[in-house]
Amino acid sequence: MAEALLAIAGLSKRYGALTVTHALDLEVVAGTIHAIIGPNGAGKSSLIHQICGTVRPDEGRIRFAGVDITRMAPHRRARLGLARSFQITSVLPEFSVLENVATAVQAQGGSAFRFCRAAAGDGVANEAAAHQLDRVGLLPRAGVVAGRLSHGEKRQLELAMALAARPRLLLLDEPLAGAGPEETARLVGLLREIRRDCAMLLVEHDMQAVFALADTITVLAQGRAIASGPPDAIRADPAVRAAYLGEAH
Amino acid sequence: MRRLVPVVLFAVLAAVPFLPLGQEANFVLLLVSRVMVFGLAALSLDLLLGVGGMVSFGHAAYLAIGAYAVAVLDANDITDVGVVLAVAMGAAGVFALATGAIALRTRGVNFIMITLAFAQMVFFAFGALSAYGGDDGYSLAARNTVLGWPLLKGRGYYWACLAVLVVAYLLCRMLAASRFGRALRAVKQNPARAAAMGFNPVALQLVAMVVGAMLCSVAGVLLANGAEFVSPAYGTWQRSGDLLIMVILGGAGSLHGAIFGSAFVLLLEEGLGRATEHWRLVFGPLLVLCVIFFRGGLAGIGGRRG
Repeated sequence: MAEALLAIAGLSKRYGALTVTHALDLEVVAGTIHAIIGPNGAGKSSLIHQICGTVRPDEGRIRFAGVDITRMAPHRRARLGLARSFQITSVLPEFSVLENVATAVQAQGGSAFRFCRAAAGDGVANEAAAHQLDRVGLLPRAGVVAGRLSHGEKRQLELAMALAARPRLLLLDEPLAGAGPEETARLVGLLREIRRDCAMLLVEHDMQAVFALADTITVLAQGRAIASGPPDAIRADPAVRAAYLGEAH
Repeated sequence: MRRLVPVVLFAVLAAVPFLPLGQEANFVLLLVSRVMVFGLAALSLDLLLGVGGMVSFGHAAYLAIGAYAVAVLDANDITDVGVVLAVAMGAAGVFALATGAIALRTRGVNFIMITLAFAQMVFFAFGALSAYGGDDGYSLAARNTVLGWPLLKGRGYYWACLAVLVVAYLLCRMLAASRFGRALRAVKQNPARAAAMGFNPVALQLVAMVVGAMLCSVAGVLLANGAEFVSPAYGTWQRSGDLLIMVILGGAGSLHGAIFGSAFVLLLEEGLGRATEHWRLVFGPLLVLCVIFFRGGLAGIGGRRG
Protein backbone atom coordinates (compact mmCIF):
# COMPACT_ATOMS: atom_id res chain seq x y z
CA MET A 1 0.00 0.00 0.00
CA ALA A 2 1.23 3.47 -0.82
CA GLU A 3 2.19 5.78 2.01
CA ALA A 4 -0.60 7.95 3.39
CA LEU A 5 -0.59 11.67 2.52
CA LEU A 6 0.02 12.56 6.15
CA ALA A 7 1.69 10.00 8.39
CA ILE A 8 2.28 10.75 12.05
CA ALA A 9 4.27 8.27 14.11
CA GLY A 10 5.00 8.26 17.83
CA LEU A 11 4.28 11.98 18.23
CA SER A 12 4.70 13.35 21.76
CA LYS A 13 4.57 16.84 23.22
CA ARG A 14 4.89 17.74 26.86
CA TYR A 15 4.61 21.04 28.70
CA GLY A 16 6.28 20.26 32.02
CA ALA A 17 4.19 17.54 33.66
CA LEU A 18 1.34 17.97 31.20
CA THR A 19 1.44 15.65 28.23
CA VAL A 20 -0.73 17.09 25.45
CA THR A 21 0.23 14.56 22.81
CA HIS A 22 1.09 11.05 23.87
CA ALA A 23 2.85 8.69 21.41
CA LEU A 24 0.25 9.43 18.78
CA ASP A 25 0.03 7.57 15.46
CA LEU A 26 -2.28 8.96 12.83
CA GLU A 27 -2.70 8.80 9.07
CA VAL A 28 -4.67 10.82 6.56
CA VAL A 29 -5.19 9.09 3.23
CA ALA A 30 -5.46 11.22 0.09
CA GLY A 31 -9.04 12.02 -0.93
CA THR A 32 -10.54 11.36 2.50
CA ILE A 33 -11.74 13.37 5.48
CA HIS A 34 -10.21 12.36 8.77
CA ALA A 35 -11.98 13.89 11.75
CA ILE A 36 -10.51 14.35 15.20
CA ILE A 37 -12.90 14.56 18.09
CA GLY A 38 -12.43 14.63 21.81
CA PRO A 39 -13.33 16.65 24.88
CA ASN A 40 -11.78 20.03 25.59
CA GLY A 41 -8.15 19.69 26.51
CA ALA A 42 -7.78 16.41 24.64
CA GLY A 43 -4.90 17.84 22.62
CA LYS A 44 -6.67 18.50 19.32
CA SER A 45 -5.40 22.01 18.74
CA SER A 46 -1.90 21.07 19.92
CA LEU A 47 -1.88 18.36 17.29
CA ILE A 48 -2.90 20.85 14.58
CA HIS A 49 -0.15 23.22 15.73
CA GLN A 50 2.45 20.46 15.48
CA ILE A 51 1.32 19.50 12.00
CA CYS A 52 1.47 23.16 10.88
CA GLY A 53 4.84 23.70 12.46
CA THR A 54 3.89 26.41 14.95
CA VAL A 55 4.70 24.00 17.82
CA ARG A 56 7.68 21.61 17.81
CA PRO A 57 7.00 18.07 19.01
CA ASP A 58 9.34 16.49 21.58
CA GLU A 59 9.35 13.08 19.95
CA GLY A 60 8.05 11.37 16.87
CA ARG A 61 7.90 11.99 13.16
CA ILE A 62 5.53 13.78 10.83
CA ARG A 63 5.72 12.89 7.16
CA PHE A 64 3.73 14.77 4.54
CA ALA A 65 3.56 13.67 0.90
CA GLY A 66 6.60 11.49 1.46
CA VAL A 67 8.70 14.27 3.02
CA ASP A 68 9.76 14.42 6.66
CA ILE A 69 8.38 17.77 7.85
CA THR A 70 8.92 17.29 11.60
CA ARG A 71 11.33 20.21 11.87
CA MET A 72 10.34 22.23 8.82
CA ALA A 73 9.32 25.92 9.14
CA PRO A 74 5.56 26.63 8.75
CA HIS A 75 5.89 28.57 5.49
CA ARG A 76 7.78 25.71 3.85
CA ARG A 77 5.11 23.21 4.90
CA ALA A 78 2.54 25.55 3.36
CA ARG A 79 4.45 25.51 0.09
CA LEU A 80 4.38 21.72 0.10
CA GLY A 81 0.58 21.89 0.00
CA LEU A 82 -0.50 22.10 3.62
CA ALA A 83 -3.21 24.72 4.18
CA ARG A 84 -5.08 25.52 7.35
CA SER A 85 -7.89 27.46 8.88
CA PHE A 86 -7.32 28.86 12.33
CA GLN A 87 -9.46 28.16 15.38
CA ILE A 88 -9.73 31.89 15.96
CA THR A 89 -10.49 33.43 12.57
CA SER A 90 -7.38 34.83 11.03
CA VAL A 91 -7.50 36.98 7.92
CA LEU A 92 -5.57 40.01 6.69
CA PRO A 93 -7.86 42.72 8.11
CA GLU A 94 -6.55 45.71 6.10
CA PHE A 95 -6.78 44.01 2.71
CA SER A 96 -9.96 43.68 0.70
CA VAL A 97 -11.59 40.24 0.53
CA LEU A 98 -10.31 39.76 -3.01
CA GLU A 99 -6.80 40.84 -2.02
CA ASN A 100 -6.79 38.34 0.83
CA VAL A 101 -7.45 35.46 -1.53
CA ALA A 102 -5.27 36.80 -4.35
CA THR A 103 -2.39 37.07 -1.89
CA ALA A 104 -2.93 33.44 -0.93
CA VAL A 105 -2.80 32.49 -4.63
CA GLN A 106 0.43 34.46 -5.08
CA ALA A 107 1.99 32.92 -1.97
CA GLN A 108 1.91 29.57 -3.74
CA GLY A 109 2.79 30.75 -7.23
CA GLY A 110 6.52 31.36 -7.30
CA SER A 111 8.79 33.63 -5.31
CA ALA A 112 7.57 36.46 -3.11
CA PHE A 113 10.77 38.34 -3.97
CA ARG A 114 9.50 40.10 -7.06
CA PHE A 115 10.01 43.79 -6.71
CA CYS A 116 8.79 45.50 -9.86
CA ARG A 117 5.34 44.73 -11.22
CA ALA A 118 2.32 45.75 -9.15
CA ALA A 119 0.81 42.76 -7.36
CA ALA A 120 -2.74 44.09 -7.69
CA GLY A 121 -2.46 43.94 -11.49
CA ASP A 122 -1.91 40.18 -11.52
CA GLY A 123 -4.94 39.11 -13.56
CA VAL A 124 -4.34 35.38 -13.16
CA ALA A 125 -4.25 35.63 -9.36
CA ASN A 126 -7.32 37.88 -9.28
CA GLU A 127 -9.27 35.48 -11.45
CA ALA A 128 -8.30 32.47 -9.38
CA ALA A 129 -9.24 34.41 -6.25
CA ALA A 130 -12.63 35.38 -7.66
CA HIS A 131 -13.27 31.73 -8.52
CA GLN A 132 -12.59 30.62 -4.95
CA LEU A 133 -14.75 33.43 -3.55
CA ASP A 134 -17.57 32.33 -5.79
CA ARG A 135 -17.17 28.80 -4.48
CA VAL A 136 -17.59 29.83 -0.85
CA GLY A 137 -20.34 32.31 -1.76
CA LEU A 138 -18.42 35.46 -0.88
CA LEU A 139 -17.95 36.91 -4.35
CA PRO A 140 -20.50 39.73 -3.86
CA ARG A 141 -18.35 40.95 -0.94
CA ALA A 142 -15.05 40.88 -2.89
CA GLY A 143 -14.39 44.62 -2.57
CA VAL A 144 -15.05 44.89 1.17
CA VAL A 145 -12.16 45.37 3.60
CA ALA A 146 -11.78 42.03 5.35
CA GLY A 147 -11.73 43.55 8.84
CA ARG A 148 -15.34 44.70 8.36
CA LEU A 149 -16.76 41.25 7.55
CA SER A 150 -19.08 39.44 9.94
CA HIS A 151 -17.69 36.48 11.85
CA GLY A 152 -19.33 33.96 9.53
CA GLU A 153 -18.06 35.77 6.45
CA LYS A 154 -14.52 35.73 7.85
CA ARG A 155 -14.82 31.96 8.23
CA GLN A 156 -15.88 31.70 4.58
CA LEU A 157 -12.97 33.94 3.59
CA GLU A 158 -10.49 31.80 5.50
CA LEU A 159 -11.76 28.76 3.67
CA ALA A 160 -11.42 30.53 0.33
CA MET A 161 -7.85 31.54 1.24
CA ALA A 162 -6.99 27.97 2.19
CA LEU A 163 -8.53 26.61 -1.02
CA ALA A 164 -6.80 29.24 -3.15
CA ALA A 165 -3.48 27.64 -2.21
CA ARG A 166 -4.67 24.45 -4.01
CA PRO A 167 -3.62 22.39 -0.99
CA ARG A 168 -3.17 18.64 -0.89
CA LEU A 169 -4.22 18.60 2.74
CA LEU A 170 -6.49 21.05 4.50
CA LEU A 171 -6.32 21.35 8.28
CA LEU A 172 -9.58 22.69 9.61
CA ASP A 173 -9.64 23.72 13.25
CA GLU A 174 -13.30 23.99 14.25
CA PRO A 175 -14.56 25.49 10.98
CA LEU A 176 -18.18 25.37 12.20
CA ALA A 177 -17.65 27.05 15.57
CA GLY A 178 -20.08 29.91 15.99
CA ALA A 179 -21.94 29.17 12.75
CA GLY A 180 -25.76 29.14 12.71
CA PRO A 181 -27.70 26.09 11.43
CA GLU A 182 -28.11 27.52 7.93
CA GLU A 183 -24.46 28.41 7.65
CA THR A 184 -23.45 25.01 9.00
CA ALA A 185 -25.50 23.20 6.36
CA ARG A 186 -23.90 25.35 3.68
CA LEU A 187 -20.37 24.77 4.95
CA VAL A 188 -20.91 21.01 5.28
CA GLY A 189 -22.08 20.96 1.67
CA LEU A 190 -19.01 22.91 0.64
CA LEU A 191 -16.60 20.64 2.52
CA ARG A 192 -18.20 17.63 0.91
CA GLU A 193 -17.61 19.19 -2.48
CA ILE A 194 -14.01 20.14 -1.69
CA ARG A 195 -12.98 16.65 -0.60
CA ARG A 196 -12.70 15.67 -4.27
CA ASP A 197 -9.73 18.05 -4.57
CA CYS A 198 -7.95 17.63 -1.27
CA ALA A 199 -7.82 15.56 1.86
CA MET A 200 -8.88 17.09 5.14
CA LEU A 201 -8.03 16.79 8.78
CA LEU A 202 -11.06 18.12 10.58
CA VAL A 203 -11.22 19.12 14.22
CA GLU A 204 -14.84 19.82 15.08
CA HIS A 205 -17.28 19.72 17.97
CA ASP A 206 -20.43 19.49 15.85
CA MET A 207 -20.97 15.71 15.97
CA GLN A 208 -23.69 15.69 13.36
CA ALA A 209 -21.38 17.35 10.88
CA VAL A 210 -18.45 15.11 11.82
CA PHE A 211 -20.42 11.89 11.35
CA ALA A 212 -21.88 13.20 8.10
CA LEU A 213 -18.51 14.11 6.62
CA ALA A 214 -15.75 11.92 7.99
CA ASP A 215 -14.39 8.75 6.40
CA THR A 216 -12.31 8.06 9.47
CA ILE A 217 -12.67 9.38 13.01
CA THR A 218 -10.02 9.41 15.68
CA VAL A 219 -11.03 10.08 19.26
CA LEU A 220 -8.49 11.84 21.41
CA ALA A 221 -8.52 11.94 25.20
CA GLN A 222 -5.68 13.35 27.26
CA GLY A 223 -3.33 13.30 24.29
CA ARG A 224 -3.93 9.65 23.41
CA ALA A 225 -5.92 8.16 20.55
CA ILE A 226 -8.46 6.02 22.40
CA ALA A 227 -10.20 4.88 19.24
CA SER A 228 -9.87 5.22 15.51
CA GLY A 229 -12.00 3.90 12.67
CA PRO A 230 -14.99 4.48 10.40
CA PRO A 231 -17.91 6.49 11.89
CA ASP A 232 -20.13 3.48 12.55
CA ALA A 233 -17.45 1.71 14.55
CA ILE A 234 -16.73 4.85 16.56
CA ARG A 235 -20.40 5.38 17.31
CA ALA A 236 -20.62 1.86 18.69
CA ASP A 237 -17.34 1.94 20.63
CA PRO A 238 -18.07 1.72 24.37
CA ALA A 239 -14.84 3.50 25.41
CA VAL A 240 -15.71 6.43 23.20
CA ARG A 241 -19.23 6.62 24.57
CA ALA A 242 -17.87 6.73 28.07
CA ALA A 243 -15.16 9.31 27.37
CA TYR A 244 -16.96 11.66 25.09
CA LEU A 245 -20.22 11.05 23.36
CA GLY A 246 -22.03 10.41 26.61
CA GLU A 247 -21.02 13.80 27.89
CA ALA A 248 -21.76 15.75 24.77
CA HIS A 249 -25.22 14.39 24.05
CA MET B 1 -7.48 63.56 -6.19
CA ARG B 2 -5.53 61.93 -3.40
CA ARG B 3 -3.17 60.39 -5.91
CA LEU B 4 -2.11 63.88 -6.86
CA VAL B 5 -0.88 64.77 -3.37
CA PRO B 6 2.68 63.42 -3.87
CA VAL B 7 2.88 65.07 -7.30
CA VAL B 8 1.89 68.44 -5.83
CA LEU B 9 4.35 67.92 -2.97
CA PHE B 10 7.28 67.34 -5.33
CA ALA B 11 6.15 70.20 -7.61
CA VAL B 12 6.20 72.56 -4.64
CA LEU B 13 9.66 71.34 -3.65
CA ALA B 14 10.86 71.90 -7.22
CA ALA B 15 9.37 75.41 -7.26
CA VAL B 16 11.04 76.62 -4.05
CA PRO B 17 14.37 77.69 -5.69
CA PHE B 18 12.44 79.90 -8.14
CA LEU B 19 10.55 81.82 -5.47
CA PRO B 20 11.61 85.46 -4.94
CA LEU B 21 13.15 84.85 -1.55
CA GLY B 22 15.62 87.75 -1.56
CA GLN B 23 18.10 87.65 1.27
CA GLU B 24 16.43 84.68 2.90
CA ALA B 25 17.07 82.46 -0.15
CA ASN B 26 20.09 80.60 1.15
CA PHE B 27 18.52 80.02 4.52
CA VAL B 28 15.24 78.75 3.05
CA LEU B 29 16.96 76.44 0.56
CA LEU B 30 19.10 74.99 3.33
CA LEU B 31 16.07 74.42 5.54
CA VAL B 32 14.05 72.78 2.76
CA SER B 33 17.06 70.62 1.78
CA ARG B 34 17.13 69.46 5.39
CA VAL B 35 13.42 68.66 5.20
CA MET B 36 14.08 66.57 2.09
CA VAL B 37 17.07 64.72 3.56
CA PHE B 38 15.17 63.83 6.73
CA GLY B 39 12.16 63.12 4.54
CA LEU B 40 14.30 60.55 2.75
CA ALA B 41 15.40 59.02 6.05
CA ALA B 42 11.81 58.93 7.33
CA LEU B 43 10.62 57.46 4.01
CA SER B 44 13.12 54.63 4.36
CA LEU B 45 11.89 54.04 7.92
CA ASP B 46 8.29 53.96 6.66
CA LEU B 47 9.25 51.00 4.49
CA LEU B 48 10.08 49.14 7.71
CA LEU B 49 7.38 50.56 9.96
CA GLY B 50 4.42 51.35 7.75
CA VAL B 51 4.79 48.60 5.15
CA GLY B 52 6.66 45.91 7.10
CA GLY B 53 5.32 46.50 10.61
CA MET B 54 8.77 46.75 12.20
CA VAL B 55 9.13 49.46 14.85
CA SER B 56 12.85 50.07 14.45
CA PHE B 57 14.17 52.39 17.12
CA GLY B 58 17.66 52.46 15.66
CA HIS B 59 17.19 53.92 12.24
CA ALA B 60 19.52 56.88 12.87
CA ALA B 61 22.41 54.39 12.92
CA TYR B 62 22.13 54.20 9.14
CA LEU B 63 22.28 58.00 8.90
CA ALA B 64 25.52 57.85 10.88
CA ILE B 65 26.90 55.01 8.78
CA GLY B 66 26.24 57.02 5.60
CA ALA B 67 27.78 60.16 7.09
CA TYR B 68 30.88 58.31 8.31
CA ALA B 69 31.34 56.73 4.89
CA VAL B 70 31.75 60.30 3.62
CA ALA B 71 34.16 61.20 6.45
CA VAL B 72 36.36 58.10 6.24
CA LEU B 73 36.70 58.36 2.46
CA ASP B 74 37.28 62.11 2.71
CA ALA B 75 40.22 61.46 5.05
CA ASN B 76 41.61 59.17 2.37
CA ASP B 77 41.09 61.77 -0.38
CA ILE B 78 38.27 59.89 -2.01
CA THR B 79 35.44 62.29 -2.81
CA ASP B 80 33.64 60.74 -5.76
CA VAL B 81 29.98 60.40 -4.81
CA GLY B 82 29.65 57.11 -6.66
CA VAL B 83 32.30 55.48 -4.52
CA VAL B 84 30.92 57.10 -1.38
CA LEU B 85 27.39 55.88 -2.07
CA ALA B 86 28.58 52.37 -2.83
CA VAL B 87 30.53 52.22 0.43
CA ALA B 88 27.73 53.80 2.47
CA MET B 89 24.99 51.57 1.08
CA GLY B 90 27.17 48.49 1.27
CA ALA B 91 28.08 49.10 4.90
CA ALA B 92 24.51 49.96 5.91
CA GLY B 93 23.16 46.92 4.07
CA VAL B 94 25.62 44.53 5.70
CA PHE B 95 24.96 46.04 9.13
CA ALA B 96 21.18 45.74 8.64
CA LEU B 97 21.51 42.16 7.43
CA ALA B 98 23.59 41.10 10.44
CA THR B 99 21.64 42.97 13.13
CA GLY B 100 18.27 42.37 11.47
CA ALA B 101 18.81 38.63 11.40
CA ILE B 102 19.18 38.77 15.19
CA ALA B 103 16.56 41.45 15.90
CA LEU B 104 13.88 39.68 13.83
CA ARG B 105 14.02 36.72 16.17
CA THR B 106 12.12 38.97 18.56
CA ARG B 107 8.84 40.87 18.37
CA GLY B 108 7.16 43.89 19.91
CA VAL B 109 8.99 45.70 22.69
CA ASN B 110 11.99 43.39 22.43
CA PHE B 111 12.44 44.26 18.78
CA ILE B 112 12.33 47.97 19.63
CA MET B 113 14.92 47.51 22.38
CA ILE B 114 17.29 45.38 20.34
CA THR B 115 17.30 47.78 17.38
CA LEU B 116 17.97 50.60 19.85
CA ALA B 117 20.85 48.64 21.37
CA PHE B 118 22.49 48.02 17.99
CA ALA B 119 22.14 51.71 17.11
CA GLN B 120 23.76 52.67 20.41
CA MET B 121 26.65 50.37 19.55
CA VAL B 122 27.13 52.28 16.29
CA PHE B 123 26.90 55.59 18.13
CA PHE B 124 29.61 54.69 20.63
CA ALA B 125 31.78 52.99 18.01
CA PHE B 126 31.89 56.19 15.93
CA GLY B 127 32.52 58.23 19.07
CA ALA B 128 35.57 56.10 19.71
CA LEU B 129 37.07 56.74 16.26
CA SER B 130 39.76 59.18 17.39
CA ALA B 131 41.22 59.34 13.87
CA TYR B 132 37.95 60.99 12.81
CA GLY B 133 37.58 63.37 15.73
CA GLY B 134 35.94 61.03 18.22
CA ASP B 135 33.00 62.71 19.95
CA ASP B 136 33.98 66.10 18.51
CA GLY B 137 33.37 64.99 14.98
CA TYR B 138 35.20 65.54 11.74
CA SER B 139 35.13 68.48 9.32
CA LEU B 140 35.17 67.50 5.65
CA ALA B 141 38.00 68.85 3.50
CA ALA B 142 35.54 69.14 0.62
CA ARG B 143 32.08 68.11 -0.47
CA ASN B 144 31.72 65.03 -2.64
CA THR B 145 32.10 65.37 -6.38
CA VAL B 146 30.13 63.86 -9.22
CA LEU B 147 32.58 62.49 -11.84
CA GLY B 148 35.07 65.14 -10.77
CA TRP B 149 32.54 68.02 -10.82
CA PRO B 150 31.71 69.84 -7.57
CA LEU B 151 27.96 69.60 -8.20
CA LEU B 152 26.86 69.32 -4.58
CA LYS B 153 27.39 73.01 -3.86
CA GLY B 154 24.84 75.81 -3.59
CA ARG B 155 21.67 75.05 -5.54
CA GLY B 156 23.23 71.88 -6.89
CA TYR B 157 22.91 70.42 -3.41
CA TYR B 158 19.23 71.31 -3.28
CA TRP B 159 18.55 69.67 -6.65
CA ALA B 160 20.55 66.60 -5.68
CA CYS B 161 18.46 66.19 -2.53
CA LEU B 162 15.22 66.57 -4.49
CA ALA B 163 16.31 64.16 -7.22
CA VAL B 164 17.34 61.49 -4.71
CA LEU B 165 14.11 61.95 -2.77
CA VAL B 166 11.94 61.55 -5.87
CA VAL B 167 13.82 58.45 -7.02
CA ALA B 168 13.68 56.93 -3.53
CA TYR B 169 9.97 57.69 -3.27
CA LEU B 170 9.22 56.05 -6.62
CA LEU B 171 11.34 53.06 -5.65
CA CYS B 172 9.47 52.65 -2.36
CA ARG B 173 6.12 53.02 -4.12
CA MET B 174 7.11 50.31 -6.58
CA LEU B 175 8.30 48.01 -3.81
CA ALA B 176 5.17 48.54 -1.71
CA ALA B 177 2.90 47.71 -4.65
CA SER B 178 4.91 44.73 -5.84
CA ARG B 179 4.37 41.12 -4.90
CA PHE B 180 7.12 41.56 -2.33
CA GLY B 181 5.33 44.58 -0.85
CA ARG B 182 2.00 42.80 -0.71
CA ALA B 183 3.58 39.82 1.03
CA LEU B 184 5.31 42.19 3.44
CA ARG B 185 2.03 43.94 4.23
CA ALA B 186 0.46 40.53 4.80
CA VAL B 187 3.23 39.75 7.30
CA LYS B 188 2.63 43.10 9.01
CA GLN B 189 -1.08 42.44 9.45
CA ASN B 190 -0.89 38.83 10.50
CA PRO B 191 2.47 37.00 10.58
CA ALA B 192 0.96 33.62 11.51
CA ARG B 193 -1.50 33.76 8.64
CA ALA B 194 1.19 34.93 6.21
CA ALA B 195 3.39 31.97 7.19
CA ALA B 196 0.45 29.57 6.83
CA MET B 197 -0.02 30.95 3.31
CA GLY B 198 3.56 30.08 2.45
CA PHE B 199 5.40 33.38 2.99
CA ASN B 200 8.62 33.45 4.98
CA PRO B 201 7.99 36.37 7.38
CA VAL B 202 11.59 36.77 8.57
CA ALA B 203 13.09 36.72 5.08
CA LEU B 204 10.61 39.31 3.81
CA GLN B 205 11.18 41.62 6.77
CA LEU B 206 14.94 41.21 6.57
CA VAL B 207 14.99 42.27 2.92
CA ALA B 208 12.86 45.31 3.80
CA MET B 209 15.29 46.19 6.59
CA VAL B 210 18.28 45.99 4.26
CA VAL B 211 16.61 48.12 1.57
CA GLY B 212 15.48 50.68 4.18
CA ALA B 213 18.96 50.81 5.68
CA MET B 214 20.60 51.39 2.29
CA LEU B 215 18.19 54.20 1.44
CA CYS B 216 18.72 55.82 4.83
CA SER B 217 22.49 55.71 4.41
CA VAL B 218 22.04 57.84 1.28
CA ALA B 219 20.33 60.44 3.49
CA GLY B 220 23.38 60.22 5.76
CA VAL B 221 25.67 60.93 2.81
CA LEU B 222 23.59 63.97 1.84
CA LEU B 223 23.44 65.19 5.43
CA ALA B 224 27.22 65.06 5.79
CA ASN B 225 27.67 66.93 2.52
CA GLY B 226 25.21 69.62 3.53
CA ALA B 227 26.91 70.25 6.86
CA GLU B 228 30.47 69.51 5.64
CA PHE B 229 30.80 67.99 9.07
CA VAL B 230 30.26 64.54 10.57
CA SER B 231 29.84 63.54 14.20
CA PRO B 232 28.42 60.64 16.22
CA ALA B 233 25.45 62.91 17.01
CA TYR B 234 24.00 61.86 13.63
CA GLY B 235 23.23 58.52 15.20
CA THR B 236 21.76 59.42 18.59
CA TRP B 237 18.70 57.59 19.82
CA GLN B 238 16.87 60.93 19.99
CA ARG B 239 17.31 61.20 16.24
CA SER B 240 15.91 57.69 15.79
CA GLY B 241 12.97 58.89 17.84
CA ASP B 242 12.56 61.98 15.65
CA LEU B 243 12.41 59.75 12.57
CA LEU B 244 9.71 57.59 14.19
CA ILE B 245 7.75 60.73 15.05
CA MET B 246 8.02 61.93 11.45
CA VAL B 247 6.71 58.63 10.09
CA ILE B 248 3.84 58.28 12.56
CA LEU B 249 2.87 61.95 12.34
CA GLY B 250 2.98 61.85 8.56
CA GLY B 251 0.92 58.68 8.35
CA ALA B 252 2.70 55.33 8.57
CA GLY B 253 2.47 53.28 5.40
CA SER B 254 1.58 56.19 3.13
CA LEU B 255 5.24 56.81 2.12
CA HIS B 256 4.78 60.45 1.05
CA GLY B 257 3.45 61.15 4.55
CA ALA B 258 7.00 60.65 5.85
CA ILE B 259 8.04 63.76 3.90
CA PHE B 260 5.13 65.72 5.40
CA GLY B 261 6.19 64.49 8.81
CA SER B 262 9.74 65.64 8.23
CA ALA B 263 8.54 69.08 7.08
CA PHE B 264 6.18 69.40 10.01
CA VAL B 265 8.78 68.49 12.63
CA LEU B 266 11.66 70.52 11.18
CA LEU B 267 9.64 73.63 10.30
CA LEU B 268 7.92 73.63 13.66
CA GLU B 269 11.27 73.20 15.37
CA GLU B 270 12.59 76.17 13.40
CA GLY B 271 9.54 78.36 13.94
CA LEU B 272 9.00 77.57 17.61
CA GLY B 273 12.74 77.64 18.21
CA ARG B 274 12.79 81.28 17.13
CA ALA B 275 10.00 82.19 19.51
CA THR B 276 11.23 80.36 22.59
CA GLU B 277 14.05 78.08 23.62
CA HIS B 278 11.46 75.90 25.38
CA TRP B 279 9.88 75.03 22.05
CA ARG B 280 9.55 71.38 22.97
CA LEU B 281 6.96 72.40 25.58
CA VAL B 282 4.69 73.44 22.72
CA PHE B 283 5.82 70.71 20.36
CA GLY B 284 4.93 67.87 22.75
CA PRO B 285 1.23 68.71 23.21
CA LEU B 286 0.90 69.45 19.47
CA LEU B 287 2.22 65.99 18.77
CA VAL B 288 -0.30 64.42 21.14
CA LEU B 289 -3.16 66.33 19.49
CA CYS B 290 -2.02 65.25 16.04
CA VAL B 291 -1.90 61.59 17.01
CA ILE B 292 -5.37 61.81 18.60
CA PHE B 293 -7.11 63.72 15.82
CA PHE B 294 -5.31 62.56 12.68
CA ARG B 295 -5.36 58.79 12.93
CA GLY B 296 -4.04 58.35 9.40
CA GLY B 297 -1.38 61.01 9.98
CA LEU B 298 -0.96 64.17 7.93
CA ALA B 299 -1.25 62.12 4.74
CA GLY B 300 -4.65 60.85 5.90
CA ILE B 301 -6.27 64.27 6.35
CA GLY B 302 -9.30 64.80 4.15
CA GLY B 303 -10.20 61.18 3.60
CA ARG B 304 -9.56 57.66 4.70
CA ARG B 305 -7.00 55.49 3.09
CA GLY B 306 -7.76 52.00 1.74
